[in-house]
Amino acid sequence: MSKMYHKEKSIQLKSSASALYNNLSVLRIAPRCLTYFTVVHANVVNMVSASWDGLNYSHRQLQSKEGNVATSSSLIMQAAWCVLPSRDLLVLTSQKGIQMYESDGSIMVYWHALDTPETPTAKAVFARGIAAVREKYICVGVSSGSVLVFDVPSKGSNITLSEVLEEHKEAITDMASECSGNLECIADLVSADDSGLLCVWKSGEDFQLLNKIPGFDTSCSSVKLWKGTVIAGYGTGQIRLYEGVTGILLAEVNAHARWIYSLDIAPFTGLLISAAEDSWVRVWHLSLTPETNSVEIEHMYNECVTDTQICGARFCDGDGYAFAVTGYDLSEIIRYTQA
Amino acid sequence: MKIYSINHRLYGINVQKCSLCYLIFMARRITSSARSSKSAPGWLLLAVTWQPREGLQTLIYSAGSSESADRVFLLTACDCSPILAALHPSPERMSTRTLPLLFINLGGEMLYILDQRLRAQNIPADKAKKATVADWLEEDRKRVMNDIITTMFNKKFLEELFKPQELYSKKALRTVFDRLAHASIMRLNQASMDKLYDLMTMAFKYQVLLCPRPKDILLVSFNHMDAIRDFVKDTPSILSQVDETNKQLVEIYTPLSGGEFQLIRQTLLIFFQDMHIRVSIFLKDKVQNSNGRFVLPTSGPVPYGTHTPGLIRMFSCSGEEVRRMQFRDGGNYCGALREGSFEMYGDRVIKLGTNMYSVSRPVETHMSGTSKNSSQHTKVNTTPNPLAKEELNLLARLMGGLEVQKSANTDSGFRVNLFATDEEEEEALISRPDELSYDVINIQATKDKQTNAELAKIMGEFGEMGEPASSSSSKGDDLLAMMDGL
Repeated sequence: MSKMYHKEKSIQLKSSASALYNNLSVLRIAPRCLTYFTVVHANVVNMVSASWDGLNYSHRQLQSKEGNVATSSSLIMQAAWCVLPSRDLLVLTSQKGIQMYESDGSIMVYWHALDTPETPTAKAVFARGIAAVREKYICVGVSSGSVLVFDVPSKGSNITLSEVLEEHKEAITDMASECSGNLECIADLVSADDSGLLCVWKSGEDFQLLNKIPGFDTSCSSVKLWKGTVIAGYGTGQIRLYEGVTGILLAEVNAHARWIYSLDIAPFTGLLISAAEDSWVRVWHLSLTPETNSVEIEHMYNECVTDTQICGARFCDGDGYAFAVTGYDLSEIIRYTQA
Repeated sequence: MKIYSINHRLYGINVQKCSLCYLIFMARRITSSARSSKSAPGWLLLAVTWQPREGLQTLIYSAGSSESADRVFLLTACDCSPILAALHPSPERMSTRTLPLLFINLGGEMLYILDQRLRAQNIPADKAKKATVADWLEEDRKRVMNDIITTMFNKKFLEELFKPQELYSKKALRTVFDRLAHASIMRLNQASMDKLYDLMTMAFKYQVLLCPRPKDILLVSFNHMDAIRDFVKDTPSILSQVDETNKQLVEIYTPLSGGEFQLIRQTLLIFFQDMHIRVSIFLKDKVQNSNGRFVLPTSGPVPYGTHTPGLIRMFSCSGEEVRRMQFRDGGNYCGALREGSFEMYGDRVIKLGTNMYSVSRPVETHMSGTSKNSSQHTKVNTTPNPLAKEELNLLARLMGGLEVQKSANTDSGFRVNLFATDEEEEEALISRPDELSYDVINIQATKDKQTNAELAKIMGEFGEMGEPASSSSSKGDDLLAMMDGL
């Protein structure tokens, strides 16, 4: 069997990746033939812009912020691009709050401070879990279990907190919005937490809870929503597929030998990528049969990143032609393209 | 304890008070063009607190306040001479329950290493009063271990340690372990202390990284605690302290969820990020590569609660399994072992955290440079301080660290070398790469009688301080100069 993917030239980073869930975000800018990558290192976000011809790389670093201080030592939990019809924003979530930047990281357009207690409490406080929903919402999760819904205008910095969703009791781990582009899908957003609970939402002036899918006492660290199907990765190394609105379990895969850290979907082809602490990156293929409400999941490819606990894996394009990987203590983004 | 926020310049210290307490204060450096003289740089005092000393002097560390303090300073006194040390604000603060685990596991590794070195080292047999050399060796080794363990499990210190708080910075934690290593009659030179700390941290990094489940970090901690209990099993008073701590660990940590443990683990991994020091025993056992990175096997038992990879199951709407497939996972995994015990006593099953050293397997490190993206935490302040005086390494003397005068304190202990020979130890100190230096203790005190009286007076205004200090200390100090030099 010939290899489906082969390794490309890696992109060097200014500092190594931290061991955080979903620690890689990718933004493809077709008109400029550029791809942006972000990787979190403690209190800094490393941003690299790579030209498609592989000749030009430029780096930028963004720091966490707190209060009136421009730079902070508070740790960043996640960085991700939110793609909305009118604009793309780069969102950083940290122990102190939420920062939103223009997509190239040049200007911060919004800062939201979390309520942090005066003295440290036993339960940590932080924001984690980022998703852009429909035309104008950016949703961010919080360690208390709340989901903050921000209303984003088509331009400018007049971003407002429009709603706080309180369904989760444990810290939010990841969130995802429907990525198939199909406007007929009822479910718009799925949120996951440390207990493995999944909440499925419909967006609007008031977000509506469609379903609560209970966990099985295991953290769900990464989640995706595609064609109404929730794809969830767990600390036990399992991947589960649920029908979003009904909560029916469609498939279960004993995919990894360690904690899953990242999932991604290529919406045009249904390719799924999973990455875990066990050093493996696996590519799967999903096909949905709406008539029978069933799913087929087929294993396509394995890649072992030797001696590395992987913390981020993303497709670089909507077809899944290329993907990128980050690992704890690694100062590079490893790339693979289809052979 | 009272904390004062004062926004004026710090000019003086109460030397007498310092012999009873620690003065901890946070300050921001003022960069003004109008600097009147070299000996009076600008520091803006942000907050001040006095902390009482307890028995063997627990070091209480105040994290920086929300105003950005450039430095946190610790002031103490020995023989009426002030000693100043700089601690730095801690950058790692994710999980607030991480510090006790970090301290106990690093402490455990330290004890394993010291135990091995004490057994291996030939101690000059000039202690004629002992019956046999062998008796002396055994007795003193036990005494050293007991002294260190007693300090480590000091009630007051542990109380402070177990409060939810932000992680100490690397430097502050290193200072704590320096003190711990010297809480007995044993002495370590700078090079040996550096090496000891390298080994401790790399060993624990390895254990954290290779833990099958995040929750297993607690089992690793229990392995260390079990071994510590074994070291002091013949001394009931210390044993009860250790048991108390073990109980606390069980109470605080067993209720935590897997997700919360993963957060603790992620916090620890950030603390250990970019450390790739090569350890000889790891290289020999092939658990570490020559580039300093640990080997992560893709074989062996899966963690408890995980299935071996390979099975795909698909279901119908009614919940029936309709299809089952296997995929090739590329690894060589087998089923999980039974779960280790989280009780006070029990089989932990996991081997991580048990003692891997023995007399026949010596501990060495190779000073390989870190990767080119080495974290800024290991940056070293290399600006020489023209005001330093040779004999004034007071904090070190207080802690019994570096040897200043060989003639003094002949009965106060024996030196332990973590290297094979004295020459090797000396060589290691000289050749240690800059980026791996632990710039922890950096003290100087200077004479400046002119400002001394004024200094003391103003300091007396801080309240809770009794009478202002007289300029009785002949080794007076320009505190500002001291701070500036750190």
